[in-house]
Amino acid sequence: MLHTVNKSSFERNSLQSCINIIDDNSVILLIEDGVISCTNNANSEMIAGLAEDGRVYALQGDVDARGISSKVADNIKLVDYAEFVDLVVEHGTPVSWV
Amino acid sequence: MYLNRKSSYGTVYAIESLEVVLIAAAFDQDVSLAFIDDGVFQIVNGQNTDGIGMKNFSKTFHALGDYDINKLYVSKESLDERGLNEDDIMPLVYEDEDDDWAEKPSVKVVSNAELSLIMSEQDVCLSF
Amino acid sequence: MKFSIQINEGPYQHQASDTAYQFAKAAIEKGHEIFRVFFYHDGVNNASNFTVPPQDDRNVVKLWAELKQSDGSDIDKVVCVAAALRRGMLDESEAGKNSIEGHNIHPSFRISGLGQLIEAGIQSDRLVVFGD
Repeated sequence: MLHTVNKSSFERNSLQSCINIIDDNSVILLIEDGVISCTNNANSEMIAGLAEDGRVYALQGDVDARGISSKVADNIKLVDYAEFVDLVVEHGTPVSWV
Repeated sequence: MYLNRKSSYGTVYAIESLEVVLIAAAFDQDVSLAFIDDGVFQIVNGQNTDGIGMKNFSKTFHALGDYDINKLYVSKESLDERGLNEDDIMPLVYEDEDDDWAEKPSVKVVSNAELSLIMSEQDVCLSF
Repeated sequence: MKFSIQINEGPYQHQASDTAYQFAKAAIEKGHEIFRVFFYHDGVNNASNFTVPPQDDRNVVKLWAELKQSDGSDIDKVVCVAAALRRGMLDESEAGKNSIEGHNIHPSFRISGLGQLIEAGIQSDRLVVFGD
Protein backbone atom coordinates (compact mmCIF):
# COMPACT_ATOMS: atom_id res chain seq x y z
CA MET A 1 0.00 0.00 0.00
CA LEU A 2 0.94 3.63 -0.43
CA HIS A 3 0.60 5.99 2.51
CA THR A 4 0.88 9.74 2.16
CA VAL A 5 1.89 11.96 5.07
CA ASN A 6 1.50 15.69 4.64
CA LYS A 7 2.53 17.04 8.03
CA SER A 8 5.92 17.43 9.65
CA SER A 9 6.71 14.97 12.43
CA PHE A 10 7.41 18.01 14.59
CA GLU A 11 3.90 19.36 14.11
CA ARG A 12 1.75 16.22 14.15
CA ASN A 13 2.02 12.59 15.05
CA SER A 14 0.76 11.51 11.62
CA LEU A 15 4.07 10.04 10.50
CA GLN A 16 4.54 8.03 13.70
CA SER A 17 0.94 6.80 13.58
CA CYS A 18 1.40 5.79 9.98
CA ILE A 19 4.60 3.91 10.76
CA ASN A 20 2.91 2.15 13.68
CA ILE A 21 0.30 0.69 11.37
CA ILE A 22 1.82 0.09 7.93
CA ASP A 23 2.71 -3.43 6.90
CA ASP A 24 5.96 -4.76 5.48
CA ASN A 25 4.92 -4.10 1.90
CA SER A 26 3.80 -0.52 2.35
CA VAL A 27 5.64 2.58 1.21
CA ILE A 28 5.37 6.14 2.49
CA LEU A 29 5.27 9.27 0.37
CA LEU A 30 6.00 12.51 2.21
CA ILE A 31 4.23 15.49 0.68
CA GLU A 32 3.69 19.15 1.59
CA ASP A 33 4.99 19.85 5.10
CA GLY A 34 5.54 16.13 5.48
CA VAL A 35 8.81 16.47 3.53
CA ILE A 36 10.31 18.15 6.59
CA SER A 37 10.56 14.63 7.97
CA CYS A 38 12.90 13.56 5.18
CA THR A 39 15.84 15.64 6.37
CA ASN A 40 18.41 14.63 8.96
CA ASN A 41 16.80 15.84 12.15
CA ALA A 42 15.90 14.85 15.70
CA ASN A 43 13.14 12.58 14.41
CA SER A 44 15.15 10.90 11.65
CA GLU A 45 15.22 7.58 13.47
CA MET A 46 11.51 7.28 12.82
CA ILE A 47 11.93 6.52 9.14
CA ALA A 48 15.61 5.61 8.86
CA GLY A 49 14.95 1.89 8.73
CA LEU A 50 12.17 2.22 6.19
CA ALA A 51 14.26 4.55 4.06
CA GLU A 52 17.09 2.03 4.06
CA ASP A 53 14.63 -0.51 2.68
CA GLY A 54 13.78 1.92 -0.11
CA ARG A 55 10.29 2.50 1.17
CA VAL A 56 10.26 6.25 1.75
CA TYR A 57 9.58 8.76 -0.98
CA ALA A 58 9.34 12.55 -0.85
CA LEU A 59 7.84 14.99 -3.30
CA GLN A 60 10.70 16.93 -4.93
CA GLY A 61 8.65 20.06 -5.48
CA ASP A 62 7.81 20.32 -1.79
CA VAL A 63 11.44 19.67 -0.80
CA ASP A 64 12.69 22.41 -3.13
CA ALA A 65 9.98 24.83 -2.01
CA ARG A 66 11.14 24.50 1.58
CA GLY A 67 14.81 25.00 0.74
CA ILE A 68 15.89 21.63 2.06
CA SER A 69 17.10 19.97 -1.14
CA SER A 70 20.64 19.70 0.20
CA LYS A 71 19.50 18.24 3.50
CA VAL A 72 17.53 15.22 2.36
CA ALA A 73 18.58 12.13 4.30
CA ASP A 74 20.17 9.12 2.63
CA ASN A 75 17.93 6.66 0.88
CA ILE A 76 14.93 8.97 0.58
CA LYS A 77 13.69 8.73 -3.00
CA LEU A 78 12.65 12.07 -4.48
CA VAL A 79 9.78 11.98 -6.94
CA ASP A 80 7.86 14.48 -9.02
CA TYR A 81 4.06 14.63 -9.43
CA ALA A 82 4.15 12.28 -12.42
CA GLU A 83 5.95 9.70 -10.30
CA PHE A 84 3.44 10.35 -7.50
CA VAL A 85 0.75 9.32 -9.97
CA ASP A 86 2.78 6.23 -10.87
CA LEU A 87 3.06 5.28 -7.19
CA VAL A 88 -0.71 5.45 -6.86
CA VAL A 89 -1.16 3.35 -9.99
CA GLU A 90 1.33 0.79 -8.69
CA HIS A 91 0.27 0.56 -5.05
CA GLY A 92 -3.46 1.20 -5.23
CA THR A 93 -5.62 3.83 -3.61
CA PRO A 94 -3.45 5.44 -0.93
CA VAL A 95 -4.17 6.01 2.74
CA SER A 96 -3.83 9.73 3.38
CA TRP A 97 -2.68 10.49 6.91
CA VAL A 98 -4.26 13.94 7.06
CA MET B 1 -12.74 2.30 5.08
CA TYR B 2 -13.31 5.62 6.79
CA LEU B 3 -10.24 6.70 8.70
CA ASN B 4 -10.89 8.93 11.71
CA ARG B 5 -7.90 10.40 13.55
CA LYS B 6 -9.30 13.58 15.02
CA SER B 7 -11.55 14.08 18.02
CA SER B 8 -15.01 15.61 17.81
CA TYR B 9 -15.95 19.27 18.25
CA GLY B 10 -12.48 20.85 17.96
CA THR B 11 -12.80 20.57 14.20
CA VAL B 12 -15.61 19.62 11.82
CA TYR B 13 -14.01 16.48 10.46
CA ALA B 14 -15.68 14.03 12.83
CA ILE B 15 -19.28 15.03 12.15
CA GLU B 16 -18.77 15.48 8.43
CA SER B 17 -17.07 12.11 8.10
CA LEU B 18 -20.04 10.51 9.89
CA GLU B 19 -22.33 12.16 7.35
CA VAL B 20 -20.40 10.46 4.56
CA VAL B 21 -20.67 7.11 6.33
CA LEU B 22 -24.45 7.44 6.63
CA ILE B 23 -24.74 8.17 2.91
CA ALA B 24 -22.44 5.25 2.14
CA ALA B 25 -24.88 2.98 3.94
CA ALA B 26 -27.35 3.53 1.11
CA PHE B 27 -24.89 2.25 -1.48
CA ASP B 28 -24.70 -1.32 -0.23
CA GLN B 29 -20.94 -1.14 0.30
CA ASP B 30 -18.79 -3.04 2.75
CA VAL B 31 -18.10 -0.21 5.17
CA SER B 32 -15.53 -0.14 7.96
CA LEU B 33 -14.61 2.71 10.26
CA ALA B 34 -11.20 3.00 11.87
CA PHE B 35 -10.61 5.18 14.93
CA ILE B 36 -6.94 5.93 15.49
CA ASP B 37 -5.07 8.56 17.51
CA ASP B 38 -7.49 11.20 18.80
CA GLY B 39 -10.20 9.70 16.58
CA VAL B 40 -10.95 7.29 19.44
CA PHE B 41 -12.54 10.21 21.30
CA GLN B 42 -15.32 10.34 18.69
CA ILE B 43 -16.95 7.30 20.26
CA VAL B 44 -16.19 7.86 23.92
CA ASN B 45 -19.28 7.36 26.06
CA GLY B 46 -20.97 10.18 27.96
CA GLN B 47 -20.38 13.14 25.67
CA ASN B 48 -22.27 16.23 26.82
CA THR B 49 -22.08 19.34 24.68
CA ASP B 50 -24.47 21.55 26.65
CA GLY B 51 -21.66 23.74 27.83
CA ILE B 52 -20.26 24.51 24.38
CA GLY B 53 -23.47 25.10 22.45
CA MET B 54 -22.69 22.51 19.79
CA LYS B 55 -24.77 19.60 18.60
CA ASN B 56 -23.96 16.33 20.34
CA PHE B 57 -23.82 14.10 17.32
CA SER B 58 -22.31 11.12 19.12
CA LYS B 59 -25.80 9.65 19.45
CA THR B 60 -25.82 9.23 15.67
CA PHE B 61 -23.24 6.47 16.00
CA HIS B 62 -25.97 4.33 17.58
CA ALA B 63 -27.86 4.41 14.29
CA LEU B 64 -25.04 2.82 12.31
CA GLY B 65 -26.07 -0.67 13.34
CA ASP B 66 -29.49 -0.17 11.77
CA TYR B 67 -27.75 0.55 8.47
CA ASP B 68 -25.59 -2.58 8.58
CA ILE B 69 -22.51 -0.60 9.49
CA ASN B 70 -21.08 -2.75 12.21
CA LYS B 71 -17.32 -2.78 11.70
CA LEU B 72 -15.95 -0.03 13.89
CA TYR B 73 -12.29 -0.70 14.61
CA VAL B 74 -10.63 1.13 17.47
CA SER B 75 -6.87 1.13 17.93
CA LYS B 76 -5.93 -0.35 21.29
CA GLU B 77 -2.63 1.48 21.28
CA SER B 78 -4.41 4.79 20.71
CA LEU B 79 -6.76 4.05 23.63
CA ASP B 80 -3.89 3.10 25.93
CA GLU B 81 -1.86 6.20 25.08
CA ARG B 82 -4.82 8.34 26.01
CA GLY B 83 -5.68 6.60 29.26
CA LEU B 84 -8.82 5.05 27.81
CA ASN B 85 -10.06 1.47 27.69
CA GLU B 86 -12.85 -0.51 26.10
CA ASP B 87 -15.27 0.42 28.89
CA ASP B 88 -14.98 4.09 27.93
CA ILE B 89 -16.31 3.39 24.44
CA MET B 90 -19.99 3.79 23.54
CA PRO B 91 -21.81 0.44 23.60
CA LEU B 92 -22.67 0.41 19.89
CA VAL B 93 -24.51 -2.68 18.71
CA TYR B 94 -26.14 -4.23 15.66
CA GLU B 95 -28.54 -7.09 15.16
CA ASP B 96 -27.01 -10.00 13.30
CA GLU B 97 -29.61 -11.26 10.83
CA ASP B 98 -27.51 -14.40 10.30
CA ASP B 99 -27.74 -15.25 13.97
CA ASP B 100 -31.42 -14.87 14.72
CA TRP B 101 -31.05 -11.08 15.09
CA ALA B 102 -28.81 -11.48 18.12
CA GLU B 103 -27.48 -8.17 19.36
CA LYS B 104 -23.72 -7.93 18.96
CA PRO B 105 -21.11 -5.23 19.53
CA SER B 106 -20.15 -3.16 16.49
CA VAL B 107 -16.97 -1.86 18.09
CA LYS B 108 -13.88 -4.03 17.92
CA VAL B 109 -10.79 -2.93 19.78
CA VAL B 110 -7.84 -4.14 17.73
CA SER B 111 -4.10 -3.83 17.79
CA ASN B 112 -2.28 -1.68 15.28
CA ALA B 113 -1.01 -4.90 13.71
CA GLU B 114 -4.56 -6.11 13.18
CA LEU B 115 -5.56 -2.69 11.86
CA SER B 116 -2.71 -2.88 9.38
CA LEU B 117 -4.12 -6.10 7.98
CA ILE B 118 -7.65 -4.72 7.85
CA MET B 119 -6.42 -1.61 6.08
CA SER B 120 -4.55 -3.61 3.48
CA GLU B 121 -7.79 -5.38 2.57
CA GLN B 122 -9.67 -2.19 1.73
CA ASP B 123 -10.41 -1.03 -1.82
CA VAL B 124 -10.77 2.60 -0.83
CA CYS B 125 -9.75 4.56 2.23
CA LEU B 126 -11.31 7.95 2.87
CA SER B 127 -9.54 10.22 5.34
CA PHE B 128 -11.02 13.27 6.99
CA MET C 1 -6.92 4.56 -15.15
CA LYS C 2 -9.84 6.49 -13.73
CA PHE C 3 -8.85 8.72 -10.81
CA SER C 4 -11.06 10.56 -8.39
CA ILE C 5 -9.83 13.15 -5.96
CA GLN C 6 -11.28 14.35 -2.66
CA ILE C 7 -10.20 17.77 -1.40
CA ASN C 8 -10.87 18.58 2.22
CA GLU C 9 -9.46 22.08 2.55
CA GLY C 10 -10.05 25.48 1.04
CA PRO C 11 -7.64 27.38 -1.20
CA TYR C 12 -4.64 29.19 0.26
CA GLN C 13 -5.23 28.17 3.89
CA HIS C 14 -3.77 24.74 3.21
CA GLN C 15 -1.72 23.27 0.40
CA ALA C 16 -4.20 20.44 -0.15
CA SER C 17 -5.91 21.99 -3.15
CA ASP C 18 -2.61 22.94 -4.77
CA THR C 19 -1.18 19.45 -4.37
CA ALA C 20 -4.40 17.94 -5.63
CA TYR C 21 -4.31 20.18 -8.68
CA GLN C 22 -0.69 19.29 -9.50
CA PHE C 23 -1.54 15.63 -9.05
CA ALA C 24 -4.60 15.87 -11.29
CA LYS C 25 -2.62 17.73 -13.95
CA ALA C 26 0.13 15.11 -13.86
CA ALA C 27 -2.40 12.28 -14.09
CA ILE C 28 -4.03 13.89 -17.11
CA GLU C 29 -0.65 14.43 -18.78
CA LYS C 30 0.04 10.72 -18.31
CA GLY C 31 -3.17 9.89 -20.14
CA HIS C 32 -5.34 9.05 -17.13
CA GLU C 33 -8.92 10.19 -16.74
CA ILE C 34 -10.15 12.25 -13.82
CA PHE C 35 -13.57 10.75 -13.06
CA ARG C 36 -14.47 13.34 -10.44
CA VAL C 37 -13.00 15.91 -8.09
CA PHE C 38 -15.09 16.12 -4.93
CA PHE C 39 -14.80 19.11 -2.63
CA TYR C 40 -15.69 18.44 0.99
CA HIS C 41 -15.33 20.22 4.36
CA ASP C 42 -13.72 23.62 3.71
CA GLY C 43 -12.75 22.29 0.30
CA VAL C 44 -16.05 23.72 -0.96
CA ASN C 45 -14.38 27.14 -0.87
CA ASN C 46 -12.32 26.12 -3.89
CA ALA C 47 -15.48 26.79 -5.89
CA SER C 48 -15.95 30.42 -4.87
CA ASN C 49 -16.70 32.73 -7.75
CA PHE C 50 -15.61 35.72 -5.69
CA THR C 51 -11.97 35.09 -4.88
CA VAL C 52 -9.57 37.85 -5.87
CA PRO C 53 -6.07 36.58 -5.17
CA PRO C 54 -3.01 38.81 -5.63
CA GLN C 55 -2.00 39.24 -9.26
CA ASP C 56 1.42 37.71 -8.70
CA ASP C 57 0.11 34.51 -7.19
CA ARG C 58 -1.79 31.54 -8.54
CA ASN C 59 -5.57 31.74 -8.80
CA VAL C 60 -6.62 28.38 -7.36
CA VAL C 61 -10.27 28.61 -8.37
CA LYS C 62 -9.32 29.57 -11.91
CA LEU C 63 -6.78 26.75 -12.13
CA TRP C 64 -9.44 24.20 -11.26
CA ALA C 65 -12.00 25.88 -13.51
CA GLU C 66 -9.67 25.70 -16.51
CA LEU C 67 -8.26 22.19 -15.99
CA LYS C 68 -9.47 19.85 -18.71
CA GLN C 69 -9.23 16.14 -19.48
CA SER C 70 -6.61 15.09 -22.04
CA ASP C 71 -9.25 15.20 -24.79
CA GLY C 72 -10.25 18.75 -23.85
CA SER C 73 -13.52 17.79 -22.18
CA ASP C 74 -14.60 19.16 -18.82
CA ILE C 75 -13.72 17.59 -15.50
CA ASP C 76 -16.61 16.84 -13.17
CA LYS C 77 -15.99 19.07 -10.15
CA VAL C 78 -18.54 18.49 -7.43
CA VAL C 79 -19.08 20.58 -4.31
CA CYS C 80 -20.83 18.80 -1.46
CA VAL C 81 -24.19 20.45 -0.90
CA ALA C 82 -24.31 19.92 2.87
CA ALA C 83 -20.78 21.24 3.41
CA ALA C 84 -21.41 24.09 1.00
CA LEU C 85 -24.64 25.30 2.59
CA ARG C 86 -23.08 25.21 6.03
CA ARG C 87 -20.29 27.46 4.79
CA GLY C 88 -22.38 29.87 2.75
CA MET C 89 -21.49 28.53 -0.66
CA LEU C 90 -24.61 28.48 -2.79
CA ASP C 91 -25.44 28.13 -6.44
CA GLU C 92 -28.45 29.89 -7.92
CA SER C 93 -30.79 27.00 -7.20
CA GLU C 94 -29.82 26.63 -3.54
CA ALA C 95 -29.95 30.39 -3.04
CA GLY C 96 -33.49 30.41 -4.42
CA LYS C 97 -34.60 27.49 -2.25
CA ASN C 98 -33.27 29.23 0.84
CA SER C 99 -34.45 32.73 -0.12
CA ILE C 100 -30.93 34.09 -0.14
CA GLU C 101 -30.00 36.91 -2.43
CA GLY C 102 -26.95 36.19 -4.51
CA HIS C 103 -24.99 33.04 -5.17
CA ASN C 104 -21.30 32.37 -5.30
CA ILE C 105 -20.43 29.03 -6.85
CA HIS C 106 -18.20 29.32 -9.91
CA PRO C 107 -20.12 28.01 -12.95
CA SER C 108 -17.58 25.29 -13.73
CA PHE C 109 -18.42 23.50 -10.46
CA ARG C 110 -21.69 21.81 -9.60
CA ILE C 111 -23.32 21.27 -6.23
CA SER C 112 -24.44 17.75 -5.37
CA GLY C 113 -24.73 15.25 -2.57
CA LEU C 114 -22.29 12.96 -0.79
CA GLY C 115 -23.52 10.13 -2.97
CA GLN C 116 -21.27 11.56 -5.67
CA LEU C 117 -18.25 10.92 -3.45
CA ILE C 118 -19.33 7.36 -2.73
CA GLU C 119 -19.97 6.78 -6.43
CA ALA C 120 -16.52 8.17 -7.21
CA GLY C 121 -14.99 5.64 -4.83
CA ILE C 122 -16.91 2.83 -6.51
CA GLN C 123 -16.42 3.84 -10.13
CA SER C 124 -12.80 4.99 -10.03
CA ASP C 125 -9.71 2.84 -10.07
CA ARG C 126 -8.03 5.13 -7.56
CA LEU C 127 -9.37 7.74 -5.15
CA VAL C 128 -6.84 10.10 -3.58
CA VAL C 129 -7.63 12.31 -0.59
CA PHE C 130 -5.91 15.64 0.02
CA GLY C 131 -6.49 17.36 3.34
CA ASP C 132 -4.93 18.83 6.40
